[in-house]
Amino acid sequence: MLKGRVHKYGANVDTDAIIPARYLNVSEPEELARHCMEDIDTEFVNRVRPGDVIVATTNFGCGSSREHAPLAIKASGVSCVIAGSFARIFFRNAINIGLPLLECNEAVDGTEAGDELEVELASGTIRNLTRGTEFTAKPYPEFMSELIAAGGLIEHTRQRLSNRRT
Amino acid sequence: MGKTLAEKILSEKSGTEARAGDIVVAQVDLGFIQDTTGPLTVRQFREAGFRKVSGSLRTAVFLDHAVPSPNRELANDHLFLREFVRDTDCFFSDVGGGISHQLVAESLARPGDLIIGSDSHTVTAGGLGAFACGMGSTDVAVIFHLGKTWLRVPESIGVSVSGQFPEVVSGKDLILHLIGLIGADGATYQSLEFGGESVSRMSVSQRLTVANMAIEAGAKVGLFPADDITQEYLAAQGRAGDYRPLFPDEDAAYVRTVAINAARLEPMVARPHTVDNVVPARELKGTKIQQVYIGTCTNGRLEDIEVAARILKGKKRHPETRLMVLPASRAVLQAAIAAGFIETLLQAGAVILPPGCGACLGLHQGVLGDGENCLTTANRNFKGRMGNSEAFVYLGSPATAAASAITGEITDPREFR
Repeated sequence: MLKGRVHKYGANVDTDAIIPARYLNVSEPEELARHCMEDIDTEFVNRVRPGDVIVATTNFGCGSSREHAPLAIKASGVSCVIAGSFARIFFRNAINIGLPLLECNEAVDGTEAGDELEVELASGTIRNLTRGTEFTAKPYPEFMSELIAAGGLIEHTRQRLSNRRT
Repeated sequence: MGKTLAEKILSEKSGTEARAGDIVVAQVDLGFIQDTTGPLTVRQFREAGFRKVSGSLRTAVFLDHAVPSPNRELANDHLFLREFVRDTDCFFSDVGGGISHQLVAESLARPGDLIIGSDSHTVTAGGLGAFACGMGSTDVAVIFHLGKTWLRVPESIGVSVSGQFPEVVSGKDLILHLIGLIGADGATYQSLEFGGESVSRMSVSQRLTVANMAIEAGAKVGLFPADDITQEYLAAQGRAGDYRPLFPDEDAAYVRTVAINAARLEPMVARPHTVDNVVPARELKGTKIQQVYIGTCTNGRLEDIEVAARILKGKKRHPETRLMVLPASRAVLQAAIAAGFIETLLQAGAVILPPGCGACLGLHQGVLGDGENCLTTANRNFKGRMGNSEAFVYLGSPATAAASAITGEITDPREFR
């Protein structure tokens, strides 16, 4: 069960906003996290607490293929991102590195910055504890659920390769 | 029921009857990385315990995003990638060779190929009829080892272009118009497939420009048919044998069709800070521009530099407007020198930058100052994109960029016919 406060954004939060290119040579996730969102929300890094949830409207993560974007979000302590829709490369990258994403327009509409959310990933249940409301996110395709259960793409590939050998 | 280009290519690569919505495991023909996302690919490759690059696909490493290196950290990333190349025998392009997407088009991509790069503008090779798609570092690490990847077969949007392009209106204006029409997420998870009688006359250079920006509408891939023009282009690169014709079936199913009459297009500009914030260039007359940037994987080809040189011939840049030109590859630079375009641009007051990504992603070579406006032929105008969140980036064609360099403000290039 994930639990945290909401940081809310609008449409088209791009990967340059999530982590500017000037930090792409940084390999430590914790260092990336120190610059997460800095060009659009300088206070995010000071406000964010472990477990918090980013909520955004549509096309979250559009732009570059940089995997540093979901890495920066995950290392900042954010437990999951809820949006109306995600850009596809970001979606894939987030699943690969183990940052959960949920698509749910109703939850986005029914949530404001600072609300406290509780999220059950397996069922896709999103509870807004501040407002006493509940929403259900779109389920993942089966193949993606396998990737998530394995702990990301590298683990999934490792497991498949070692099963093949045994 | 017939197949779209996406369904055709993914059927072949997966050995299944791939239909939109299916998830397939497909053989990859070319996998590549570049110097900002590549180091993470290599770290993930090693973290996974992989030692060998699969022999079933071609692999490539391009140093293009920060070349020559602007600082110690990026120079060390270059060292790290050169060492990986020595260990693995990948195709390698070092500093000065050019932008990955241009080099892929010039020497590696074939119609019908499945190409995956750790860069979102990998879609560029769709201009040659390749299913070319960007992914993250980890996906490419696994592709380097396994030679295959999983893909959801995308639904396709059919974009049919008819009519004659007016003079100085180009593929860049077409794709900006389309993104303005369908929005920055108008094709998310989908394939944008271009066809129609105008497309059958469009040069490969322009097709690459259009395909390059498919990602700016969220598309997984931007696909063109492979036809006589593709054949001529490949033959001119000394790759006649790489050609094969490739067209969608006539009864292919599209989730949506968009018809565009090219004859009614005009020079377009995307305003800050989203690519779908598009208006005709003439509506922005009076917007002062401090820097004009001509190049990048979107518009750094010989045809683009020629358009700019023709407009700037015998003229000077505006004294308050810096003009920078960066050819997309060494071959483009050499051809532009041989044709006299570089001399023309230098006489007009241009700075010529080395082949590479330059300031497009804000690392070096023309980072903007606070409050400055830049008109670039690149593909992204996000806040902070050119290295400063207090600056403003406008996107336009090489013709619009050249005309604006002369006047110092956003200018419809038809004024310079």
